[in-house]
Amino acid sequence: MTNQTAVLDEVMELESPQEHCGPAILSGPSVAREAELPGWFHDQQRAAWAKFESFPFPNRKDQAWRFSSVEALDLSRYAQPARLTQFERDEILGRSVGLDAVAGRLIFADDQLVRRDPLSETLLKTGVLLMPLERALLEHEDLFRKHFMAQPAALGSAKFAALHEAFVNSGTFIYVPRGVEVELPIEIFHWLHGENAAVFPHTLLIADEFSKVTVIEHFRSAHPERSGFACGVNDLVAGNGAKINYICAQNWNEKALSIQINATTADRDASALSLNVHLGGAYSRFESLSRLTGEGARSDLLAVSVANGTQEFDARTLQDHVSPHTTSDLLYKNALTDRTRNTFGGLIRVEPHAHFTDAYQTVRNLLLSDDAEANSMPGLEILADNVKCSHGATSGQINEDEMFYLLARGIPLPIAKQLLIIGFLNEVVDRLQHPAITDLVRELIEDKFGPR
Amino acid sequence: MNRLSISNLRVSIAEQEIIRGLSLAVPKGEVHAIMGPNGSGKSTLAKVLAGHPDYKVTMGEVLMDGEDILGLAPDERARKGLFLAFQYPSEIPGVTIANFLRAAVQARLPEGEELEATDYYARLYEKMDLLEMDRSFTSRSVNEGFSGGEKKRNEILQLAMLEPKYAVLDETDSGLDIDALKVVANGVNSMRGPNRGILVITHYQRLLDYIVPDHVHVMVQGRIVRSGGKELALELEEKGYEGYDEVKDEVSEPAMV
Ligand SMILES: Nc1ncnc2c1ncn2[C@@H]1O[C@H](COP(=O)(O)OP(=O)(O)O)[C@@H](O)[C@H]1O
Ligand SMILES: [Mg+2]
Repeated sequence: MTNQTAVLDEVMELESPQEHCGPAILSGPSVAREAELPGWFHDQQRAAWAKFESFPFPNRKDQAWRFSSVEALDLSRYAQPARLTQFERDEILGRSVGLDAVAGRLIFADDQLVRRDPLSETLLKTGVLLMPLERALLEHEDLFRKHFMAQPAALGSAKFAALHEAFVNSGTFIYVPRGVEVELPIEIFHWLHGENAAVFPHTLLIADEFSKVTVIEHFRSAHPERSGFACGVNDLVAGNGAKINYICAQNWNEKALSIQINATTADRDASALSLNVHLGGAYSRFESLSRLTGEGARSDLLAVSVANGTQEFDARTLQDHVSPHTTSDLLYKNALTDRTRNTFGGLIRVEPHAHFTDAYQTVRNLLLSDDAEANSMPGLEILADNVKCSHGATSGQINEDEMFYLLARGIPLPIAKQLLIIGFLNEVVDRLQHPAITDLVRELIEDKFGPR
Repeated sequence: MNRLSISNLRVSIAEQEIIRGLSLAVPKGEVHAIMGPNGSGKSTLAKVLAGHPDYKVTMGEVLMDGEDILGLAPDERARKGLFLAFQYPSEIPGVTIANFLRAAVQARLPEGEELEATDYYARLYEKMDLLEMDRSFTSRSVNEGFSGGEKKRNEILQLAMLEPKYAVLDETDSGLDIDALKVVANGVNSMRGPNRGILVITHYQRLLDYIVPDHVHVMVQGRIVRSGGKELALELEEKGYEGYDEVKDEVSEPAMV
């Protein structure tokens, strides 16, 4: 492994970056690539590109972009990535280490499918589908058209959702039929590889009635120093009584620009839980729309972030209660060091007729330096009766007594700090009832602090 | 040399002097008890020894085996062999006892040496058995949601795991019922030995029936006003601290200077 990496680095240095990528994304999707897709999708992509061009660039005066460093969104340097060599694909495959036991696995690098570990025969017989998006487009056109980007990008990034739609050419399609439980998680890797590469990851998850599935996505950079741009969209659909768990482990390098737009819908008695772990990126924006469309639906929105250096995390959420007797519970915890920034803008909206709703929103920021900045903008819009809602955002420092307790046991300051930060985040991570994933998430967070 | 020795210590917080010229020495191999009324400064003394940043030492010195420790950071003092069992142990949400103690034990290993997990857990379970603690405790967050008694047991578990040279136990008996008190005392007694000095701070004599001290000191208004053998504890139990009010007035004078 080590030797291979060394050789790879040498090869990279010999070639100029230009040879490593295709046309700039701002010049529009290339015709050659579109030719591989069906005509109706081609048309949809062209329309999306027109939308991208017509929508205004984000402005801080717009509430949806308030406190955001919109200047980080200059896309001029990013380009469609070049095809990976077999050697590069093998190298990435070797580094795609995640969970030990999975139901199936897809690995993408620069939006190219590097590996597909199919589902077991048993699962295939139950009718579960796990395939690249471009295949689903052909083979399951109805399902695809019904759910693909069916929810509006309502949290500010309509322009980037359009960009995604214009460029998306790979991703994951998962369908779990009625009553089927997929015990082990489905695992997806997205790697950024080439210098200034732009990728458009997409996961379309449809859990039919009374089915159950867990999906974990890893976002990683092959190279620690290369810049790259990821503009992803996920559609997560929980049918009546279905249960979905979605985990995102965002661990891009600290040069990456990342925009991720997720939409979850939970139908009658469905429950959807998402845990988003944000560790990487220079600027990383995460928009999460959770729609409770059926009576008795429940949504848990969990996120943690650890920022160091000059990283900026920007989260925008909407808990949209459409039906009565629905529950949503948001818990976001952020640890900020150095000169980092975190923005949270969240709205609980209880639509007319969505009576007997319970909606909670809690944001906690742990400020570990005087120069770190956290801005939280919680919001409520209640148009129904008999509603239980609470929201709160707080920022605080490490508790002195807790710190003294650890020091008094001989634990050195940096380790004590690390323990307290991880302890702070654990309240969120522990909500996920999945030991293997919890361990993996904890390891990622610990690794962020460097080797001990 | 082989002692924790405090001489002429003066400590204040928020311009108020709490420890007012206190001297005391705990040699290795001995157990000393400090008794005193509430507010006399016992916990302040304990926390100052451990290096709490809120308190200001204005005079005096504290030597551990001859080395002045007042200039050391709290974690350095602890690694050199000082231990404080807190009167009110902090709750540390999200940090399990196993991970917490592991970090503390790891911190005492030489640079570059990794803690051996199997040995660590074997030792941890052995000490937990001694303190009649259920093994499920290891995966609970430190002190979070613990009863008063569980917190105190957890302090003694740490004492047993970290094997300090000098241990200061601040009101380790408070919040314990008689059964828990015996278990905790048993744990402390198992730590007695020629290589360890122990300073037990208590408000009540009760604990000293089970942890029998070699010496007893009475602390009033930030000073040791009387020292004696273990009988002194019984005398205090009978008569209370009232007789020391006069002493209090006497000693408060020079502190005003
Ligand atoms: N952090 C603090 N801030 C202000 N006063 C304090 C603080 N800690 C202790 N004190 C004061 O110091 C005195 C001694 O307190 P303490 O050391 O806790 O006594 P004891 O443990 O003997 O009951 C009390 O009057 C108390 O109010
Ligand atoms: Mg006290």
